[in-house]
Amino acid sequence: MIYNEEFETLPREALEALQLKRLQQVVQRVYHTVGFYRKIFDEAGVKPDDLKTLGDLKRLPFTTKQDLRDGYPFGLFAVPMSNVVRLHASSGTTGRSTVVGYTHRDIETWSELMARCFVAAGLTKNDIIHNAYGYGLFTGGLGAHYGAEKLGASVIPMSGGNTKRQIMILQDFGPTAICCTPSYALNLAEQGQAMGVDMRSLMLRVGIFGAEPWSDKMRDEIENTLDILALNIYGLSEIMGPGVAMECTEGREGMHVFEDHFLVETINPDTGEVLPPGERGELVFTTLTKEAFPLIRYRTRDISHIITAPCRCGRTHHRMDRVTGRSDDMLIIRGVNVFPSQIEAVLVGIQGLEPHYQLIVDRVGTLDTLEVQVEVSDALFSNADEVRVLQKIEKRINKDLKDFLGITAKIKLVEPKSLQRFEGKASRVTDKRQI
Amino acid sequence: MKVEQVSVFLENKQGSLEEITRILKEANVNIRTLSLADTTDFGILRLIVNDVDTTSRVLRDKGFRVSRTTVVAVEVPDRPGGLHSILEVLARDNITVEYLYAYVEKSGENAVIIFRFDDSAAATDVLRKNSFSVLSGDKLYSF
Repeated sequence: MIYNEEFETLPREALEALQLKRLQQVVQRVYHTVGFYRKIFDEAGVKPDDLKTLGDLKRLPFTTKQDLRDGYPFGLFAVPMSNVVRLHASSGTTGRSTVVGYTHRDIETWSELMARCFVAAGLTKNDIIHNAYGYGLFTGGLGAHYGAEKLGASVIPMSGGNTKRQIMILQDFGPTAICCTPSYALNLAEQGQAMGVDMRSLMLRVGIFGAEPWSDKMRDEIENTLDILALNIYGLSEIMGPGVAMECTEGREGMHVFEDHFLVETINPDTGEVLPPGERGELVFTTLTKEAFPLIRYRTRDISHIITAPCRCGRTHHRMDRVTGRSDDMLIIRGVNVFPSQIEAVLVGIQGLEPHYQLIVDRVGTLDTLEVQVEVSDALFSNADEVRVLQKIEKRINKDLKDFLGITAKIKLVEPKSLQRFEGKASRVTDKRQI
Repeated sequence: MKVEQVSVFLENKQGSLEEITRILKEANVNIRTLSLADTTDFGILRLIVNDVDTTSRVLRDKGFRVSRTTVVAVEVPDRPGGLHSILEVLARDNITVEYLYAYVEKSGENAVIIFRFDDSAAATDVLRKNSFSVLSGDKLYSF
């Protein structure tokens, strides 16, 4: 089934003509309303009028995560705040978080795209959707929520956590679909079984999973333990939130990128050179219709490739394969994006700590774990040789990581010499997860 | 008069303690007494040694986190009620003990209790006023 038959099945030629028209409009608009874009276009020696074909896109400079941070909080907004009706933000200490804004029409667009995702997953207004994506500054919860309402389905705004209650609702309300991270789906299945619930006999038939990398092996496991169809969704808050690309039930080989709203390119992350479709590289998105926070050639750092082969579902939009890695050091821990530099910022913000640390990421059962090993500094230890003082520091680190970054970590104080000293680029992360 | 104790931060892992005793042996340091406070992740080893300067230097050089803290050493007769007689006096004067450990002197007649107080000076005053034998560092290090 297709939600917006007209736009999702536009012949490629008409779709590309629409993309060019929208691209020219958005580039004109950002050039005249966002100081940052005027500056980088001028520096690159390109004018909006130079954009004659879609191929000219590669003449435009990239936008990076650092650019967004430099513009914190509203520097890259293209409309006055009076037109912004919603704000979302990534986690982070001040200046390291990225803030995104939406106009009323942006929310409408986003809702439609999420509705398209649900319909691609085979859902209708008769479905009950259990939405376990986090509600709040994170885009997952509200994004999926508005899409479900747009479709006319019944949405249960569960948000994350409180697993026992979630299992009770899954039994009592009988939702037919669930949205959450794939690892949380496995966690629900595991805890449900432990509570003696037959998780395969619930009313659930479809799951829409995203916000963290997963594999076909995990897909099989989820499908077996919950007896559902598990589908992959892609999105990122900078571009919109969930609903940038979605798998259809017919294809299940890659996610359709909603190309009437987003232009996708693949580049070599080292050189910035545009790669031909099908080659693996970093995904770069340009928003074609966003009003409040349009982005031109935004480097996602997600590694994937584009599939141009037609899909049997009838959608003409190209597909992207599942994300298989990152071209930077961002970690995704239980669906929360976090950079080692953000953890470092939290550590140096605590008096007596030095930025000597190591991050150990693992997956225990179905859940990601993060251990932060922090060196006991001379300043800290010479002031106190008491257990409670050191334990207080551990608690403080734990609390700050939770408050600023939204992550739960195990803190381990270590002897100075147990952490490697780096010359040049430090590798502070050991990722033991086998996904 | 003050007694200095050397504290060392230890990770809970195999061989940590052995490494320290080896370093001290090689530096010809004699440990008079010690105590080890531990949690699930880490421990703090507290040492009374015959040479405080050498001990902190050699451990620091090997990359350990070391701190020197002032403690109070009190001698009491090694018999029932010995420790209690001290604590009774401290409690009466509202002196808080952070931690303590003890050992028996070579002669076997007296026990030495090592106290860590928030306020060593005030505690020493109280102990002195009540005629307890507060030991000097020199005496303690070179028993």
